[in-house]
Amino acid sequence: MSSSGPGVVSISPPAIRSAPRLPASDAQRTARRAARARKLGLRTLALGYLALLLGAPLVMIFYRTFEHGLAPVWNAVTAPNAVHAFWLSIEVVAISVPLNTIFGIGMALLLERGRFWGKGLLGLLIDLPFAISPVVVGLSLVLVYGKTGWLGDWLAENGIQVIFSVPGMVLATAVVSLPFVARETIPVLREIGTDAEQAAETLGASAWQTFWRVTLPAIRWGVVYGVVLTTARALGEFGAVSIVSGRIEGQTQTLPLYVQDRFENFDSTGAYTAALVLALLALGTLLAMNLLTRRTRGRMEA
Amino acid sequence: MRTRRTVLVLCLPIVLGLAACGSSGSSGKQLALVAYSTPKSAYEALIPAFQSTAGGKGVSFSQSYGGSGEQSRAVANGQHADVVNFSLEPDVERLVKAGLVSQSWNQNATHGFVTNSVVVFMVRKGNPKHVTGWADLVKPNVQVVTPNPFTSGGARWNIMAAYGAQLKEGKSPAQAEEYLKQMFHKVVSQDSSARNSLQTFLAGRGDVLLGYENEAIAAQKKGSAIDYLVPKDTILIQSPAAAVGSSNSATQFVSYLVSPAAQAIWVSKGYRPVISGVPGSSKFPTPAGLFTIDSVGGWKTVSKQFFEPETGIVTKIEQSLGVSTSK
Amino acid sequence: MPGVGPRSAGLIGKGLLGIYLSALVLLPIAALMSKASTGGAGSFWREITSPEALAAIKLTLAASAIVVAINAVFGTLIAWVLVRDEFPGKRAVNSVIDLPFALPTIVAGLVLLALYGKGSPVGINVTFTRVAVGLALLFVTLPFVVRSVQPVLLELDVSMEEAAASLGARPLTVIRRVVLPSLVPAIVSGIALSFARALGEFGSLVLITGNLPFKTEVGSVYIFGQIQNESLPSAAAVSVALLFVALVVLALLGVVSKRWSRHVL
Repeated sequence: MSSSGPGVVSISPPAIRSAPRLPASDAQRTARRAARARKLGLRTLALGYLALLLGAPLVMIFYRTFEHGLAPVWNAVTAPNAVHAFWLSIEVVAISVPLNTIFGIGMALLLERGRFWGKGLLGLLIDLPFAISPVVVGLSLVLVYGKTGWLGDWLAENGIQVIFSVPGMVLATAVVSLPFVARETIPVLREIGTDAEQAAETLGASAWQTFWRVTLPAIRWGVVYGVVLTTARALGEFGAVSIVSGRIEGQTQTLPLYVQDRFENFDSTGAYTAALVLALLALGTLLAMNLLTRRTRGRMEA
Repeated sequence: MRTRRTVLVLCLPIVLGLAACGSSGSSGKQLALVAYSTPKSAYEALIPAFQSTAGGKGVSFSQSYGGSGEQSRAVANGQHADVVNFSLEPDVERLVKAGLVSQSWNQNATHGFVTNSVVVFMVRKGNPKHVTGWADLVKPNVQVVTPNPFTSGGARWNIMAAYGAQLKEGKSPAQAEEYLKQMFHKVVSQDSSARNSLQTFLAGRGDVLLGYENEAIAAQKKGSAIDYLVPKDTILIQSPAAAVGSSNSATQFVSYLVSPAAQAIWVSKGYRPVISGVPGSSKFPTPAGLFTIDSVGGWKTVSKQFFEPETGIVTKIEQSLGVSTSK
Repeated sequence: MPGVGPRSAGLIGKGLLGIYLSALVLLPIAALMSKASTGGAGSFWREITSPEALAAIKLTLAASAIVVAINAVFGTLIAWVLVRDEFPGKRAVNSVIDLPFALPTIVAGLVLLALYGKGSPVGINVTFTRVAVGLALLFVTLPFVVRSVQPVLLELDVSMEEAAASLGARPLTVIRRVVLPSLVPAIVSGIALSFARALGEFGSLVLITGNLPFKTEVGSVYIFGQIQNESLPSAAAVSVALLFVALVVLALLGVVSKRWSRHVL
């Protein structure tokens, strides 16, 4: 922007926002037009990229699901294997998410309120699932809990089947969704500081009471946000579960695995319907994330 | 009070977890069927038919399908199975070695086999590349699709069909191996199972798909735009089934699979029968140069010679593919 | 809780946490390393330099690098537009950014196949090509740079840019000299997360790429194949190699240490 001309250009934002309505010079008009054009250009570029990468797939799922009418979709939704896959996904999430939540809060407390050497290492371990491919997660679980794995003999002796069964799938899901609650809770714990907790302790509260009555309410939105992220990740897990599941129809197929199964068996409507259900769950999660983001950390857009 | 409630709530996941452990086991008479990738639609008819017989009353099934080798290894690694149906004998033999299937599993009238089929060429509708025989597969403008021989049973049948056909045409073993190498250079996809390779082919990849006759028939029935032809020289695909353990229902189911009623169902799904006198079996053309795996040495020899992970002929061919700079 | 003193409760708690972490992360990683090193370093090296493995690793590294570069540019652009621009539906667009994170990878693969494969409504067919690999990776890594950069952009003091502008700097210069330097740490953080994610991506690639060895087979698919082949040492070796790369990248870009020492995202 040119600095010539009578337009006042101050360096404090409010002044700029309510720009003085002085007659603009030609140079300023051109500059403003150029700025608008740039803005429009950037917006188009960004939105175009997003439309191509995100918008089109969303539209596609809806289109392909209902391509052949409503009746096939209804059949697909009510197919016994589909219903079972849905409930199995829910079951796996219902077990792994609470476990990860307890673990996440516990770890956050340990790292933020505890005193010991090796915090960095512990942090790295918790973050490890981010760096591992889901396939590798599945492989490493088989190496420990499979028939020929480290614990294989002990598990067999006690009649416990982990791999190729639901517990294995819960395990795989828990691993890939492990870090989120911890990640989201730690900054909040850091921010709120220890004052309130120390005050509670001097007033005679036990450790549990302090946690339950003071700490937990203060971190609850971080925890909830972490739970939402964990749930989203757990619902959508495919690669790790694929390896440990055994592909038993009606027993060890979660909804994502069911999508692949339907696709491989020429059942396009079945596959897309299941995909649509998952997409709707994903959109629901996004909604939850959006609402919570605004509540906890201010808006993400200006 | 609140503490106790909290503790109860936190115990919920553990309770659910234990319930999950329990429910994944079987209650009542349930048979776990673990099979290779293609016979799923056949079992959709076979299982209800079995359940209406005396031996099958009250028996429920769980089913799992995938690449034959993959499934066989899964069972050997602990996946629960009561009945297995694989593409080829070695995948059952693996379970015999693991102590899961009895040594005498194939001491019966059909030698353990429950279906027959042949290796066919599947092509685009109208056969635009005019493929008629094995020699066409190594022509420059033809691309071949076949599954990965280390996970898919079907792929092994394809390879041995190709090899055996060369021998039948009078070539020497060395020349037949050379043919295999050339053919592999035309292979453009290697999926994990026969069913997956069909998907790949239908998605537009390749000109010729090598596979089971019954897959071709099934695909056509589903309306896929393909034709298939039975080459003059091809191999007889004999697929076995066996009971795992000694459950009565499992043995009865396996015997049922070779009964006339069941064989009629197999035929309706495009499989060739293993017993004679099954209605509808005349629709299958008999190739002039049909041979079995025994004429190329039997699976025991062939597995070692061709598919041994370090030294097999096919292993070496696959590795040499990495060095080539074509395409 | 009556009968359980705070100290023993704390110890039990820490013990339980330790068991959970061991069962889920420590033991499996240890087993992985152990399997990868059966046969010693020589065999490890041989596994990861076998022709097919090497091709898969190379493709994975190259594709991930290209994709994160594109993400760096477009991710920052999208963050900029979301923070600095106003238009109807902006909130909806902002929410949808996280879709690749919430959507199962197999579903992503399915729709990418429908969109850009045979029968595509726009007539593009990229199945079985490396472009498909790139497309899938672009989809799944979209949110990382955007979400990394947004908070920083929000906190950025606009007055600096206006000062620069008032001193005669052209917009491009303002961006280059004033804005970008403050964004670089966030962009780098987003790149690191994108890269780690792209290295391990699996579900969205299985359907559309055809998993052709030496052509479109990425590391994770190769590992999957090796598991199916029962070549577990080979699978473990390549797994460890990829994991090592991911960790090195994350460490080099300081992501891990930064996150544990200051409030990010």
